[in-house]
Amino acid sequence: MRIQRRNFLKGTAALAAGSVAMPALIGRSLAADKIKLGSILDTSGIFDAYGKPMDMAMQLAVSEINKGGGLLGREIETISYDTQSDMALYTQYGQQLARRDKVDVVHGGILSASREAIRPTLRKANTLYFYNVLYEGGVCDRNIAITGVTPAQQVEVLVPAAIKKWGPKIYILAADYNYGQITARWMQKYAQEAGGEAIAVDFFPLDVSDFGSTIAKIQTASPDIVVSALVGGAHLSFYRQWAAAGMNTKIPMASSTLAIGNEHKVLTPEEGNGIMVAFNYSPEIASPANKAFLEAWGGMYGDTSAIHEIAVSNYQGVHLWAEAVRRAGSIDRMAVIEAIEDGLSIDGPGGKVTMDAKTHHAVLDVHLMEINGQKLDVVERFEQRQPIDTQAVCDLSANPDDTTQYEIKI
Amino acid sequence: MENSEFKHAATVMLVMIVALLVAPSVLETYTLSVLIIYGILGLSLGLIWGFGGILCFGQAAFYGLGAYSYAISAINIGESSLPFILGIVIPFVFAGVLGAMMFYGRLSDVYLGVVTLVVTLIFFKFMNSTAGPEYVIGAARLGGFNGIPGFQTLNVPGRPDSYIYDLEFYYVCACALVIVYGLTRWLLASPFGRVAVAIRENEQRVELMGYDARLRKTVLFAIGGGIAGLAGTLFASWAEIVTPGMFSLAQSAEIIIWCIVGGLGTLTGPVVGAMILAYLKFLLGQQSLIDNAMVLGLILVLSVLFLPRGIVPTIGLLVGRTSIGRRRRKSGRRGGRRRHVRDTQNA
Amino acid sequence: MDLAAVIAIEVVYSVAFLVLISVGLAVVFGMMRVINLAHGEFMMLGGYAAIVAVGHGINIYIAMLVVAPLVVGIIGIIIERLVIRHLYGRLIDTMLATWGLSLFLVGFATMIFGNTTTGISPPISGFSLGSYQVNGYNFFIILVTAVIIAAMYAILSYTRLGLVARGTMQGADMASALGYNPDRVYMATFFAGSALTGMAGGILAPLVGLGPASGATYIAKAFITVISGGASVIAGVLSSATLFGLISQTFTFAASPVVGEVALLVAAVILLRLLPQGITGRFFKGRM
Repeated sequence: MRIQRRNFLKGTAALAAGSVAMPALIGRSLAADKIKLGSILDTSGIFDAYGKPMDMAMQLAVSEINKGGGLLGREIETISYDTQSDMALYTQYGQQLARRDKVDVVHGGILSASREAIRPTLRKANTLYFYNVLYEGGVCDRNIAITGVTPAQQVEVLVPAAIKKWGPKIYILAADYNYGQITARWMQKYAQEAGGEAIAVDFFPLDVSDFGSTIAKIQTASPDIVVSALVGGAHLSFYRQWAAAGMNTKIPMASSTLAIGNEHKVLTPEEGNGIMVAFNYSPEIASPANKAFLEAWGGMYGDTSAIHEIAVSNYQGVHLWAEAVRRAGSIDRMAVIEAIEDGLSIDGPGGKVTMDAKTHHAVLDVHLMEINGQKLDVVERFEQRQPIDTQAVCDLSANPDDTTQYEIKI
Repeated sequence: MENSEFKHAATVMLVMIVALLVAPSVLETYTLSVLIIYGILGLSLGLIWGFGGILCFGQAAFYGLGAYSYAISAINIGESSLPFILGIVIPFVFAGVLGAMMFYGRLSDVYLGVVTLVVTLIFFKFMNSTAGPEYVIGAARLGGFNGIPGFQTLNVPGRPDSYIYDLEFYYVCACALVIVYGLTRWLLASPFGRVAVAIRENEQRVELMGYDARLRKTVLFAIGGGIAGLAGTLFASWAEIVTPGMFSLAQSAEIIIWCIVGGLGTLTGPVVGAMILAYLKFLLGQQSLIDNAMVLGLILVLSVLFLPRGIVPTIGLLVGRTSIGRRRRKSGRRGGRRRHVRDTQNA
Repeated sequence: MDLAAVIAIEVVYSVAFLVLISVGLAVVFGMMRVINLAHGEFMMLGGYAAIVAVGHGINIYIAMLVVAPLVVGIIGIIIERLVIRHLYGRLIDTMLATWGLSLFLVGFATMIFGNTTTGISPPISGFSLGSYQVNGYNFFIILVTAVIIAAMYAILSYTRLGLVARGTMQGADMASALGYNPDRVYMATFFAGSALTGMAGGILAPLVGLGPASGATYIAKAFITVISGGASVIAGVLSSATLFGLISQTFTFAASPVVGEVALLVAAVILLRLLPQGITGRFFKGRM
């Protein structure tokens, strides 16, 4: 089936390109001998704060690969679609990438719902899929490679560090959806293991923007630390109202999500200073790989301020895929998957990234950081953290046909 | 049914069928399918708003309810026939109850719009806050913001293993559209439909003639809800995931926009409007020169300013000034508009 | 005891917040029968205007209370001239056009400001009330809202301008026959409504995470508050904001913010079922 598809692709590329009149499609003339990379991101609408830098990162990675002579001597062509923060368009473009464009790999998807909208489609069409975003963990599917951090990886570092620094009583605030719910559970678990205690857990739908009553409730509980897994623009209001009440100097805060979409730059320095966070990337990381990355980004876009965690994830994801293709010596899906499962590893801006064969998740360096003057100062580096949450439920070498997203019992 | 009207309906249906048969050779079927689903959704509002004078800001509530009903029951049952029916019946019943509450309470105009909007928002907020493991219906987790993926999609009745997808699914959608269109045409030509249109024109006069306007509006509203539910059910099967976004304000607004751009007071207008705008959005996503929200916004503003009647009536005007049926429909439309103006000034 | 005081402050604040975000919409809807669905985006623009002004070294109070309303008011006039004035009397069409406008403005703001504009800190610091820290800026918002309402009431009841405005709203033909140009009055009203909205956006800028899509947070709440209030601008908004603020805060404290928001929505449905013309359709009839 797969090989047939490949032949079919060559035979019909010209036909496919000509069959439908489409305005302003990205250069699809010499399609036959190029490798096609499909990208599907929200670059407009409410999620564009995440999607735009991700798109820039993807373009940068592809242009680097092409400048270095392409892959297997072939140039990479990108076909990108803007899903406009509309879930229905994910299904539509996912189908289009797999069936009409017949791309060799798809990178993209931001929210978990968007990933779940395209994952079955791409699996059915035998199109390899890279999901390069920090997410709640648990997806077990051989057709997908996931290169972002999962809650256990972050929280395992963040919560014990915060408890050690500030005290045992933590108050958890989390966004009311899968990521927040699962992250909150990991927070409780690691708090307990570090000798602390979660005295309360509050969940907030993503559109709540008035936190006055919550701030009063927190004060009644008087915890040693507030740990947040709040997500998105509306939830940013929490940090601002927290500071407006003068609480930012009274109770310290740690977060598993703040700054992932550059939110710390929307806060003023006084509002953000001192908040502890933990994930893969900070522009302040002093490594040659990061320096080269910042220079390349600056060279392409001028300004490096748009870079954020998941943009770097996307950049590393594209390079991981390219490395897998090089090792496989082919763009054949199965060959690339086998390369992924064979200890695939690159040196990215956020440190070494290795693919875990059993889960198709990434083993990454996690940095404990502190927000300071709208920057992410690296406090400590925790090397090569395993995706232990997904590893607890998923073993693709034993069950290669698994496609479930497991809910991890803690 | 009057002769000319029958002829008109038959012509439209014939054109529709030919277009639907030709379409797969021009566009991919997965895109076409969703355009048709949106067409059905547009029709559902076009019916109750354009002919019943009921401005519903919350058509998305029935659409989402249909999709969720389908998804939840499909997970529990594992075969798509009963879920498919539930996906239509549940929104139908819910719309009936909501309609009864509103129309027997003599809500009208923009106040009615707000109640329907609020009901949609309640669904939206509720569904968004169901991420926790305690929100389960049978075997189906509601999933909160992330929605429900991985349910049984449409299958041949009685045979859960033979899925209807791709071209076959397209034909199912196409048939659904033609059938819905035919039935609504028939409904509007029936005495019930005549009275419904009369209520839109002058509710008081109809009531004085002894008709119960409240009952008729409720029934019409429920039918609109059922059709929206059908669209939601088909959408669920097409997308293979349902999310709370289906209940969102943006979704509701989009349906209203389809109707106005396509042409209110016609049945084909909302269908055409939905298809054109949804396809436009789809095309826009393939370019990255300019922000898509900005382009869509501009198109809406310009179409209100320069195409106030909507696409279909304008084309109708340009093409067939001689057709009696057209002229009648056109004057109906103008009457509808005038009524809105008057009502809002009195409110 | 301290907690009770804190809760009381929160309740009053949330009422003031609802009034603040709805009052611009109420002016435009109550007087012109135009529902501006770009209302939230006007607030967003007001917020950006304030932030940019502060960034250029303008005093924060001037930025919020003068620059933001002026900028948004002028944008409002431009929009009124270009779009809205062609659509008077066509309620639904104005809603569609302003919805399109809201999309346009979101895209426009994204192009100009991007997604990570640093906000401004509130000029008033928090203070302690017993064992609690309270957001001092809330009092400023409550105060400004009270002043806005008082000023509106005074202008509408006691000045010639207010008389002309009310007269035009009740009978444009008659006002026109008496020599007042309704076109001008509508334009001025839309300016006033936009300016109030811009001011609300500017005042809230220090408390929210402002991005181009932030407007969507406000529109539904403002819309519900205004419609539930009914036709009278001031009495309507005040009464419905009080009711909704009280209900939503009570449930927020007792349970969670979700329950609070859903309680507000359920209250709105029940209210409109019982009073199909809004609160002022039944009570306070004929007041402003």
